[in-house]
Amino acid sequence: MSIRGKARIAGAYEHPDRKIPDKSVAQVHAEVALGALADAGLTMSDVDAYFCSGDAPGFGPVSMADYLGLKRLRYMDSTETGGSSYLIHVGHAAAAIAEGKCRVALITLAGLPRSQRPPRASAAPLAPEAAFEQPFGPTTVSMYALAARRHMHEYGTTSAQLAAIKVAASQHAQYNQNAMLRTPVTVAEVLDSPMISDPLHRLDCCVVSDGGGALVVVAPEVAASLPRQTVNVLGHGESPKLTEGGRIDLTYTGAVWSGPRAFEEAGVTPGDIDYASIYDSFTITVLQTIEDLGFCEKGKGGAFVADGSLLAPHGRLPFNTDGGGLCNNHPVNRGGMTKVIEAVRQLRGEASVPVQVPDCEIALAHGNGGSLGTRSAAATLILGREDW
Amino acid sequence: MTAELPAPAPSVNPETREFWAATARGRLLLKRCLDCGSVIWYPRAICPECASLRTEWFEASGRGRVYSYTLNHRGEGAYSGAEPYVLAYVELDEGPRLMTNVVEVGAGLAVGLPVEVVFHDTAEGTALPRFRPAAPAS
Repeated sequence: MSIRGKARIAGAYEHPDRKIPDKSVAQVHAEVALGALADAGLTMSDVDAYFCSGDAPGFGPVSMADYLGLKRLRYMDSTETGGSSYLIHVGHAAAAIAEGKCRVALITLAGLPRSQRPPRASAAPLAPEAAFEQPFGPTTVSMYALAARRHMHEYGTTSAQLAAIKVAASQHAQYNQNAMLRTPVTVAEVLDSPMISDPLHRLDCCVVSDGGGALVVVAPEVAASLPRQTVNVLGHGESPKLTEGGRIDLTYTGAVWSGPRAFEEAGVTPGDIDYASIYDSFTITVLQTIEDLGFCEKGKGGAFVADGSLLAPHGRLPFNTDGGGLCNNHPVNRGGMTKVIEAVRQLRGEASVPVQVPDCEIALAHGNGGSLGTRSAAATLILGREDW
Repeated sequence: MTAELPAPAPSVNPETREFWAATARGRLLLKRCLDCGSVIWYPRAICPECASLRTEWFEASGRGRVYSYTLNHRGEGAYSGAEPYVLAYVELDEGPRLMTNVVEVGAGLAVGLPVEVVFHDTAEGTALPRFRPAAPAS
């Protein structure tokens, strides 16, 4: 079964705030849920499917369903793959809609990493790998630094090439009034920023933000009754990337599997993509992902990004026109939701005017959760304009 | 570079007890699959290559090469204040790549650097396998 054309994204909403000291996490989930439903022209009572991930407080999807008053649910999914969760949710929602299991699916993300202390350590059983990794002091940045170092070693990628990714994101962010970092930066400024974990500098890293976002995915017959332009779900692919019993390879991501699956289902190729939201937890994440999705030859990502290819609206692959996680927003350290939201904006022609891709018909959104330095989960969505 | 790194104790369970007991005696054990021959890291009861439950411990040479490394300036938890320190993957001569620290190293740190295992005791009767530049072959 293919999901191609069997579901539409009818509502998308990004919380405008980046620091929220005076609200609870559940409250922000509620705000983004209502925002996305209002965008779609629907209400909470229309929702019959709910999707959330590890950021949702409480017991899987149940506590938030209870809090929000989702009384008519007949489908639930709390797939947790970190930042890629929400792209997977869109794919699963489309499949469930195609199977007739539900008609209006709500997906929410929210969290307050800047304003609240992290929750106390959970009582969940330790991961089986924990004893063989945690004692050596791995941190999030250092895991991606290991991937960057190996990519540099094998392909000659440079820090200046990685910096070009941040430069492009900052060029786009200047037009987003909600972005955390709106000032354009230069390659030199990235290279001069403090070294966090060699070879990654502070400006190679995404922002940390409070906030969230939500999506509403509906059946085509529901979409037809709504006032707003909707977005066609054309294809979805997902894959874990594992450590292979000790044969881990740090130079590629799970996009090598999720990408081809999504392209095949959508019936398009990388050359057909007008706009791409690429997961950008760190600059190296973008570099490896665009290679793995086939936008350039493996190992040539450095030359590709240094060439201005990522700049909107006229680069070869306009990317992250909201400023991405590198400059705009990375709510709860989970960037997948905002990746889908900006792709929806581009396909509706509602991106910031200077970075709106002209005649944007087909967009890609990609997420990666977990760590490039160990194990992770990739998800790719191909989305089309309503009339495509 | 900090001479003394923290040595947080790993959580030990019945599946990994033999591995950690060996570290206290200065021995690095690996698991080998008795059905497909794969050498497995991290150690576990099932072979992730062929799903066999027939695996055996054997002692590794303790030698390998740096596969990737980073000099981390922002440690967390026990490593807060121990910066900068080297986090790395070492590819053992037996094949597997394992996460570790490279110690007793300066400007010579590079991908491909030959290294050998050293053990740093934790407070709980186990030791962490770390690596230092290998002595030249005699």
